[in-house]
Amino acid sequence: MHQVRGIATFVIMALLATAPVLAYLGGAIFWIDIATRLVILAIAAVSLNLLLGFAGLASFGHAAFLGIGAYAVGIPVYHETYGGLDWLASYSGWVHLAVGVGGAALFALVTGAVSLRTKGVHFIMITMAFSQMMYYALVSLQDYGADDGLSIDLRSEFTGLNLDDPLTLYAVCYGSLLLVIFLSWRIVNSRFGQVLVAAKSNEERVRALGINTYRYQLVAYVISGAICGFAGVLMANYTVFISPSMLEWSRSGELIFMVVLGGAAFLFGPVFGAIVFILLEFYLSRFTIYWHLPFGLLLIASVLFIKGGLSGLLTFSRAGTPGASVAGNPKE
Amino acid sequence: MLNTRALHKEFGGVTATDRVDLQVTSGELHALIGPNGAGKTTLISMLSGMLKPDSGSIFFDNQDITGLPAHVLPGLGLARSFQITSVFTELCVLDNIALAIQAAAGHSFRFWTNARKDKTLRQPARQYADRVGLLPRCDDTVSNLSHGERRQLEIAMALATQPRMLLLDEPMAGMGPEESREMGELLKTLKGDKTILMVEHDMDTVFSLADRISVLVYGKIIATGSTEEIRANPDVQRAYLGTAADA
Repeated sequence: MHQVRGIATFVIMALLATAPVLAYLGGAIFWIDIATRLVILAIAAVSLNLLLGFAGLASFGHAAFLGIGAYAVGIPVYHETYGGLDWLASYSGWVHLAVGVGGAALFALVTGAVSLRTKGVHFIMITMAFSQMMYYALVSLQDYGADDGLSIDLRSEFTGLNLDDPLTLYAVCYGSLLLVIFLSWRIVNSRFGQVLVAAKSNEERVRALGINTYRYQLVAYVISGAICGFAGVLMANYTVFISPSMLEWSRSGELIFMVVLGGAAFLFGPVFGAIVFILLEFYLSRFTIYWHLPFGLLLIASVLFIKGGLSGLLTFSRAGTPGASVAGNPKE
Repeated sequence: MLNTRALHKEFGGVTATDRVDLQVTSGELHALIGPNGAGKTTLISMLSGMLKPDSGSIFFDNQDITGLPAHVLPGLGLARSFQITSVFTELCVLDNIALAIQAAAGHSFRFWTNARKDKTLRQPARQYADRVGLLPRCDDTVSNLSHGERRQLEIAMALATQPRMLLLDEPMAGMGPEESREMGELLKTLKGDKTILMVEHDMDTVFSLADRISVLVYGKIIATGSTEEIRANPDVQRAYLGTAADA
């Protein structure tokens, strides 16, 4: 059963690696642009899946981490160009990564420490509230364009890598996606991951075994936030523009859609979700400016009728089980 | 080994536990019986740290454990099983037990090694599966297990935390006669090895296994004693055994 999905996953990942590159080399420059955005959002969705799919924690605030990562590129570059804040100003990609990933992790640590004291709907609301706080904080920053955002004059500098080249940028993003999925796979199957998966199914029971679930969930929240911050750093290098709209709450919702659509608790699920999301967005918006309406209806239909998301379709098991069995054994 | 002093709990004016003094001595199998709604599960929940008492105190090994959170107690050697089977149904039998072993081993902040290939988890997990008679099923997903087998798994998980004392909340609940008999055999093998406080409705089990019995009625302990003393106690007959026999 899992073989079908394994083959489909391999084919899709191979297509994702080659098709945009071939299109680009063949002159259809546009597709690599779409694919880069897709892969970056997929990384963010994979980070969310770690929480939502495997730990059962529905964070509605992941856009904040994306935004922190993006501003961690925009702000140092701005100051390196125009002066001020010498301790932060830099064109170096390593600085951007350190600030972006570190900042996102710190934000996750502080907000997670509070949010994880709540459960269910309250957790959803409070993560969203923290994300909105960050959104309005950035809106109030006049120096960085406030509402209008800020153009990034130069992409992150890495020796030997020219991110201005669309192919290089895409290769970096795609490689990062594979790396992040590999990382998630190790984590999910580790002792740490086992605690998360078990706590998702019955948290009280895990506590009765003598495990303080709160600490594990908090660490998971920090890891997830850090990875999403990493995606934000890539995002800034892709858009060369930052604005608070990157942190809008609807962006967090889109990430959840990708995870649910692709099949939560399957490592590659968010990639499927991101592909369908981006393609639907692209084609539907060509038909009508009201593309959100058919889009929303499709999402609702997929959640109602496809148990376990798109990856659930490929396993042919009975309702409910695909995601579950995968949580236990993602590599089968 | 486990003592409570004037333990008290109310839920919105209803007294679930009424100044309970309970003494479980080391090495005994102590049964807690009482009609439905007597507050047995409430009491067990307080003893295992799931509920905070309104007043009174709980001592385990002369250490005050009143109000300690649930996740601390297994580390002190006090484990519980649940009335409503609450094993992790998505995982296989060994995964469930391995998790308990992981918990007993201290922290689980290991992010890289595959826990399913970890011999220090898998081998002892097999031993515990064997001990409760689940070895043949150890690679099966729990959702494919019968009710009785899940209850056995509950016990295996409680044992895997290497407790000195077990709190068993209705280990026979919902079992058929054959399953009950097997569980009885299993409990017999634990008796003497571990101190056990067991809540149970099945009177045959209680009177054949227990060293001492406490009877809880409306949150109050009305009698504690050996099986003979409890059988002979007129209060108990009136409050509990009489109605149970009618039912």
